[in-house]
Amino acid sequence: MSAWRAMRTFAGDAGLVAAKDLRIEWRARTTLGQVLPFALLVLVLFGFALDANRPALRLATPGLLWMTVLFVTVVAAQRSVALESADGARRVLLLSGMAPAAAFAGKAAAVAVQLLAVEALVVPGAVLLYGAAIESVPLVAAACVAATVGLSAAGSLLGAVVAGVRAHQTVLPILLLPVSAPVLIAATRAFADGLGTVAVGGWSWVGLLAGFAAVNVAVGAVAYGPLLEDA
Amino acid sequence: MTPPAQTVEPSGSPVVSYLDSPARAGSRFTRWLGSATLAGIAAVAALGLLTVPADDVQGDAVRIIFVHVPSALGAYTAFGLTAAGSVMWLWRRSAWWDTTAHAGAEVGVLLCGLTLVTGMLWGRPTWGAYWEWGDVRLVTTLILFLVMVGYLSVRALGGDPAAVATRAAVVGLVGGVNIPIVNRSVNWWANRTLHQQSSLTEGKLEDLTLFTLFLALVVAALAIWWMMVHRFRIGWLERQLQARDLETALAARRAEAGR
Repeated sequence: MSAWRAMRTFAGDAGLVAAKDLRIEWRARTTLGQVLPFALLVLVLFGFALDANRPALRLATPGLLWMTVLFVTVVAAQRSVALESADGARRVLLLSGMAPAAAFAGKAAAVAVQLLAVEALVVPGAVLLYGAAIESVPLVAAACVAATVGLSAAGSLLGAVVAGVRAHQTVLPILLLPVSAPVLIAATRAFADGLGTVAVGGWSWVGLLAGFAAVNVAVGAVAYGPLLEDA
Repeated sequence: MTPPAQTVEPSGSPVVSYLDSPARAGSRFTRWLGSATLAGIAAVAALGLLTVPADDVQGDAVRIIFVHVPSALGAYTAFGLTAAGSVMWLWRRSAWWDTTAHAGAEVGVLLCGLTLVTGMLWGRPTWGAYWEWGDVRLVTTLILFLVMVGYLSVRALGGDPAAVATRAAVVGLVGGVNIPIVNRSVNWWANRTLHQQSSLTEGKLEDLTLFTLFLALVVAALAIWWMMVHRFRIGWLERQLQARDLETALAARRAEAGR
């Protein structure tokens, strides 16, 4: 019974933090007004970079798409950190008495919601712009969800690492992008299968994405507390 | 009015009294260790370049093994220390382990860079290309190198020592748990490996080549030991110095208030 109550408290606290972040985002319209246009711009620029070569673009769609999502993750994680950096909000988060793991889950969930919103736009956008076609909707959707959970967990944790540091905008990409290599590889392969460009075992790649997500959520839950206290 | 710097400087007490031992990075032991390392490097260079015969298949390129394999094993060991140190800092708040983690990362990045460069130099005559995306170990090692460069950049951010230690420890932890996933993903992705299976375990090496390789491993262990001891002591001294700066500043404020 007490475990059930603890879980409810945890979920409630995480929900509070996520709702707070999303409310701030909604009011500031950052995702809508800046991150989404940025994602679309990257898609268009990839078109220029590959000389608008339709067969090449179609073949490269999964990779280009996930490169775009990776860039957006860096931007979203930086935004998420910036919310806590102002006005000593991190201290308040620490003093609120909620479990640091719950705060982490809330922060990561808010980033995940924003990433999913961006993906809901850039996946159809890439399909339209690059002339690709979705062959397996469940595979594409599952890859999106699994990759997003992993990216938002790693992004939120590493974002907290550089929180309050002057050079955080330049350091976060160096930290996040190498660690995200498995997501880029696995999500690209899963999408290649889902979009029918290459026949590979898409679902096993989704499994790898889920493994990445599980590991990074666990590390975040453990390491977020010390970061809140020290950094 | 006397300047605070003079009022707070503990008169006559030498700087060393503020520092826990060691007072400097070198000692008689490390000088012996360094000399033995230098002699060993000379011996490996002489054996590897002059005495060991060229390989039937790889030709003279096989000589790179005497630098490549020891530096790769050394890099993995040093990064292992960084991962262990990161966990120990988060778990026990051990300054000793934190300093070890930092030293391991610096030594490891150096050796990892050497591994990559020697691997690429070996790949050109053997595979016909400097870089081969199909090679799992090569790609994973590059990602590991980049993760650890990120670790060092976090270390370089500066600030409160405890905050820096915690930030770096989390990066070390995240890197440590994700590297196996990177390896797995690159493995599936490439679906094949070009990398030499261990020449050691397959018994493909000539006796003298094998002896030189073992000697190179021993010498590399000595070199890494020497580098780790020095880097650790420098890190420890830096810590002490920072603490001393804070002490001095506090004493200065107290002295001002007392007046």
